[in-house]
Amino acid sequence: MKRNISIFNVTSVVFGLAFLYLPITILVVYSFNASRLVTVWSGWSLAWYRELFSDEAMIAAAWTSLRIAALSATAATVLGTLAAIALTRFGRFRGRVAFSGMIYAPLVMPEVITGLSLLLLFVALNVDRGFWTVVLAHTTLTMCFVTVIVQSRLVDFDRSVEEAAMDLGCPPFKTFVIVTLPLILPAIAAGWMLAFSLSLDDLVIASFTSGPGATTLPMRIYSEVRLGVKPEVNAVCTIMIAVVALGTVTASLMAKRGARRREPAALAAQV
Amino acid sequence: MRLWQRRAILLFPYAWLLLFFLAPFVIVVKISLSQTAIAQPPYVPVLDVSAGWAGLEGFFSALSLDAYRLLVSDPIYLLSYLKSLTVAAVSTVILLVVGYPIAYGVARSPRHWQPLLVMAVVLPFWTSFLIRVYAWINILQRDGLLNDILMRLHIIAAPQAWLASDTAIYIGMVYSYLPFMVLPLYATLEKIDMTLLEAASDLGCTPLRAFWRVTFPLSVPGITAGVLLCFIPIVGEFVIPDLLGSSESLMIGQTLWTEFFANRDWPVASAIAVTLLGILVAPIMLYERLQRRQLEMFE
Repeated sequence: MKRNISIFNVTSVVFGLAFLYLPITILVVYSFNASRLVTVWSGWSLAWYRELFSDEAMIAAAWTSLRIAALSATAATVLGTLAAIALTRFGRFRGRVAFSGMIYAPLVMPEVITGLSLLLLFVALNVDRGFWTVVLAHTTLTMCFVTVIVQSRLVDFDRSVEEAAMDLGCPPFKTFVIVTLPLILPAIAAGWMLAFSLSLDDLVIASFTSGPGATTLPMRIYSEVRLGVKPEVNAVCTIMIAVVALGTVTASLMAKRGARRREPAALAAQV
Repeated sequence: MRLWQRRAILLFPYAWLLLFFLAPFVIVVKISLSQTAIAQPPYVPVLDVSAGWAGLEGFFSALSLDAYRLLVSDPIYLLSYLKSLTVAAVSTVILLVVGYPIAYGVARSPRHWQPLLVMAVVLPFWTSFLIRVYAWINILQRDGLLNDILMRLHIIAAPQAWLASDTAIYIGMVYSYLPFMVLPLYATLEKIDMTLLEAASDLGCTPLRAFWRVTFPLSVPGITAGVLLCFIPIVGEFVIPDLLGSSESLMIGQTLWTEFFANRDWPVASAIAVTLLGILVAPIMLYERLQRRQLEMFE
């Protein structure tokens, strides 16, 4: 196959990546700035990190967020994987169109609508709002992302290995557990990672569904940011970026070990 | 798999989505037909099932269209919807113009580079939305980097107000949604058979003409997916206009937020949500059909 990359192609990719990374890089660099002002560089310093770690409200919010993210990502991974299996392996079952509709709609649904409607559900059911309502809300949102990732792995999956197992007398359910599941495990892990970072990131849905005593990190950051730029916020953002970047690279390395050549398409399906 | 096993697998996600995704919409519609009250919860009527038939009758006769009447009569709401649709349409066009060359460049790059480049595009999407918007405040604020650089280069004499403007909103939108545009475009561009382009050039087509006659038509599914993935959420966007935009003209997501959190007017907030959903239902269904078709292609 002939591939000629023009100067135009290279330039657009370089500029595109620069546009995506420059603002984040600036934020990270200025979190180490000794000065309070963004435009004044007065040397490297860890002052804002020290200040951050003595901010108890911020630490508490981070802890709440991490617990919510871990719980909701785990529940979402279980539900999302089951949904992906149903969508790819059950053929045209009754109610399939409605089911896939409910899977895809949350991916694009404006967050204000999802947040408000979930809140009104909790009020109607007379559930006290707080930690657990945010977990339920995040599970609902993120399970759909897990479904899309796991499903994209299941559709380009070589089914002859499953058929071989069944030809050798392995019952279908056991085949699924000992053959299919290990093969789609990287996608499931990637799904968990995405669910985790989406939950850690969410401001709007958490603001609607949370109650007193359950302030998440984005809610806390948002209320600080509304008061203006603070170097401590740069520091907390840098830590979050580091955690997510580390997790993403690990997950993609895991996915690469499992997935074959279709990696780009599978990644594309994540969005 | 046996039937009961299949049913068990389907039951959990299905029931979950019915309860936490579909049922809430029914409640939103119901509350949009209620009236504000100083009570807990702050609306009437509240459905009282214990009162039996009489309670049900009283409930339905107390429903009203007041919230919707307010939406139509006060121009604030109409202006918010128009602003949201304008911002979403303009942002989506900019995203397409900016995103297409990037996706095209990645798709044309050497095969072994592609996974790395795709990951480079995806990575910012995994970092927090809030952080990405906040990063721009550092740059755009009055004593921020942009003014500093422009003044050092003597392009401007005095600091400009970049924040609290539509320009800042567009920068934030394009920055935050770029991966959503690039990835579906890349996914279709990557699949295009290069021999088609060779055939076009063998038959005397110039590269530019070959692009418009071959590549572009073949990438339409990717364009549709990218446009829908950006346009729909942008219409209801809250964080970006709230942090980067001015408080003079609000987008509909901000108006809903204000009605709910500041005015505590739940029926009006619900009516805004129902109307917003009504506006977006066609593009959402189009997006779903696209996703379903993509899945069925593999079966």
